[in-house]
Amino acid sequence: MSEQTVMLQNEEELLLSRFPEAVKKDERKGYEGYVVEAKALRDFATTLRDKLGYDYLSSVTGVDYLPEGKMEVVYHAYKTTGGPALVFKVQVPRENPVVPSLVPVYPGADFQEREAWDLLGIKFEGHPNLKRILLWEGFEGFPLRKDWREPYFEEEHKPYKSRFPEGKFFRIEDRNPFGKNVDYPAGFDPDKWIPDNSNALIYEGLGRVERAGDDLPTEQIVVNLGPQHPSTHGVFRMVVTLDGETVVDLEPVMGYLHRNHEKIGERNTWLMNMPFTDRLDYLAPMSNNFGYALAVEKLLGTKPPERAEYIRVIMAELTRIQNHLFAIGMFLNDMGAFFTPSLYAIEERELILDVFEAVAGSRMMVNYFRFGGVARDIPEDVMKKIHALAFERLPRRVDELDRYLTGSEIVRVRSEGTGVLTAEQAIALSAAGPVLRASGVPYDVRRADPYGIYDRFDFDVAVRYHGDVYDRYLIRIDEIRQSLRIIQQALQQIPAGPVLAGKPQYQFRVPPGESYGRVEGPKGELGFYVVSNGKGNPWRYHVRAPSFINLTALAEMTRGQKVGDVVIILGSIDIVLGETDR
Amino acid sequence: MDGSGILKGLGITLKRLIATYVDDFKRGKQRYYTEEGVEYRRSPEVQGIFTVQYPEEKLPTPEEFRFVPFLVGEEMEDGTLDPRCTACGICAKVCPAQCIWIVRARDPKSGRARPKPAEFYIDVDLCMNCGMCAEYCPFDSIKMDHDYELATYDRHAENVFDLQKLLKPVSYYAEIRPRNYEREEEARRQAEEAKRKAAEARAKAKAAREAKKNPPKQA
Repeated sequence: MSEQTVMLQNEEELLLSRFPEAVKKDERKGYEGYVVEAKALRDFATTLRDKLGYDYLSSVTGVDYLPEGKMEVVYHAYKTTGGPALVFKVQVPRENPVVPSLVPVYPGADFQEREAWDLLGIKFEGHPNLKRILLWEGFEGFPLRKDWREPYFEEEHKPYKSRFPEGKFFRIEDRNPFGKNVDYPAGFDPDKWIPDNSNALIYEGLGRVERAGDDLPTEQIVVNLGPQHPSTHGVFRMVVTLDGETVVDLEPVMGYLHRNHEKIGERNTWLMNMPFTDRLDYLAPMSNNFGYALAVEKLLGTKPPERAEYIRVIMAELTRIQNHLFAIGMFLNDMGAFFTPSLYAIEERELILDVFEAVAGSRMMVNYFRFGGVARDIPEDVMKKIHALAFERLPRRVDELDRYLTGSEIVRVRSEGTGVLTAEQAIALSAAGPVLRASGVPYDVRRADPYGIYDRFDFDVAVRYHGDVYDRYLIRIDEIRQSLRIIQQALQQIPAGPVLAGKPQYQFRVPPGESYGRVEGPKGELGFYVVSNGKGNPWRYHVRAPSFINLTALAEMTRGQKVGDVVIILGSIDIVLGETDR
Repeated sequence: MDGSGILKGLGITLKRLIATYVDDFKRGKQRYYTEEGVEYRRSPEVQGIFTVQYPEEKLPTPEEFRFVPFLVGEEMEDGTLDPRCTACGICAKVCPAQCIWIVRARDPKSGRARPKPAEFYIDVDLCMNCGMCAEYCPFDSIKMDHDYELATYDRHAENVFDLQKLLKPVSYYAEIRPRNYEREEEARRQAEEAKRKAAEARAKAKAAREAKKNPPKQA
């Protein structure tokens, strides 16, 4: 028995003996982890965190088990020292789903619990700010519940019967007339609606707050940064309460790009979701494909052939490089270096996108991964180009970018010591990826819980210790260099052979069960939680979006900073709204 | 904080600026508005300016590039196109956006289904260019196009492609995807060869069996 199995057994004994009544092992076929009684949840979580070292709560989500009349909240916790997940669940009746909030134990659960409330209607008792996060207050119903139907509802599952063999064309828009497709909650009139007091300031756009306990009769002011503002990298709003120029508080407001990716995913067949994942974080499509493929492969039990594994690594690392280049470029834009650095970075990104285009067929919407491999092999000439990029051009250009920016006094004065997030805060707030590692936590899924063939490569987990904006910039340069190292090794080791296990197929019988596939995406831990009931479509399809969860830490980073720095702090998190809002 | 970092940075910008003119000088007229020029400017070797003057210059599309599907039609002798499509409906079933509509043809007399599409629609506004229809088509009859300039004045009238608009000749397909075309033709040839051989072997075996059953009387 390996050391790890012994450790896991000890943990299990401890948990079961400590909570003999309230904690049971999840015995359902294809499921893992523990089922915890709602009333014992907080104690259980505290034990996990303080006694067992599961200090990082990665994912919180809900599942609507309509046939059983139950709602389930699923938690995935990790140790920041590495290792597999500890999964625990709480089951509550569907009519009145109330679960104690875990925000007091893991503050990083904040946005994720709000999301579960928003989309599934699960109440988290004791949550400090339980209101809708992706949808607005005038939205009727909880869309991820299985009995909720969209206004243009056609059928429960794709493929729709109206398409073949009697596929009489109709325009989807005609079934979804603009202005007549919205339901409001009972008694809600959008024209007369006035948000309650705490929200009033936000919606009015500009409000004043009396400042208490001061001799001078001054006021605080509420300013909306966004939603339409170039610094927000999309449509995103920050409601900032200012005292003079200093940020007193900040509340991110998101959801402007919400399309309920997860509901679409549950209507889709398993394979159909692959191109949809490209549209999450459209700057890192290959990583999204990777995560989803991993999650479903775990359920299917397929393993990609060797060559496909290498191709996956090469593509995922190229994605990381181009994403970081873009992040650095745009971050400099936020800082006021108008487009010169970002265009230098985009130039290199362009070459990588050309590779994606030649291999996958599209620059951004790659749709390249399949369950059990990848869609097609890399052509010989493109392989040469990847060689030229990985061994010559990119190392040289990254060095140039480094020389160009890292020492620049303007960059340093603006970013050093700005937006500091300590290691403890970063872990508690479930920050992931470069944000976590720049705060001195060397946690990288590729090393902590290796997937694919990452255990074969020699690379360092980039880590910086100041936790400020400057370190979050530096860590991206470091990571590009490490990614290049991985690609170089992969290119030297890649064997010949098939790139897909078995015959190409489009219908999958996925065995019932749950699975969580996670990868180290460029923005942090990207996880896909899927539940299968043995049918052709996922029963539940959830995305643990790093851009979204990293924003939990935004308020913490900006408090006490100058309002001008809010823009670069946001830029240093590197969010993509396609993923944040889903 | 002596400003040397800024100066170093400015030096790099200056170097980049000069590199463009050095490239221009070295490569002369063929740098712009020629195929080699475009090819050079998107290669890993390029030092100076990187941009392409669209629409005067266009980036070449790689073979695997995909943009809205089209139907491959065999060129008939009378100049019409006969769709390879057998109306099996797999493309409509794998389509994630569900933007493909197919009406299967029926025999006018017997009313039985025929392996041909009577109507075929693709709503280009819905199509997400994922290429799954082409990937899973067992008859190589739906393929992804390379023509990405689809802007129209009236999307309601022009962005729903019907059978006529979707059909393109095999020669067009062979032109935009030569390697794929070659591979598929090779596979088809081999399959036919195998089929022919199997048929021959069957005929032989049958003949042998019959010979055994009814031995020639004269012998």
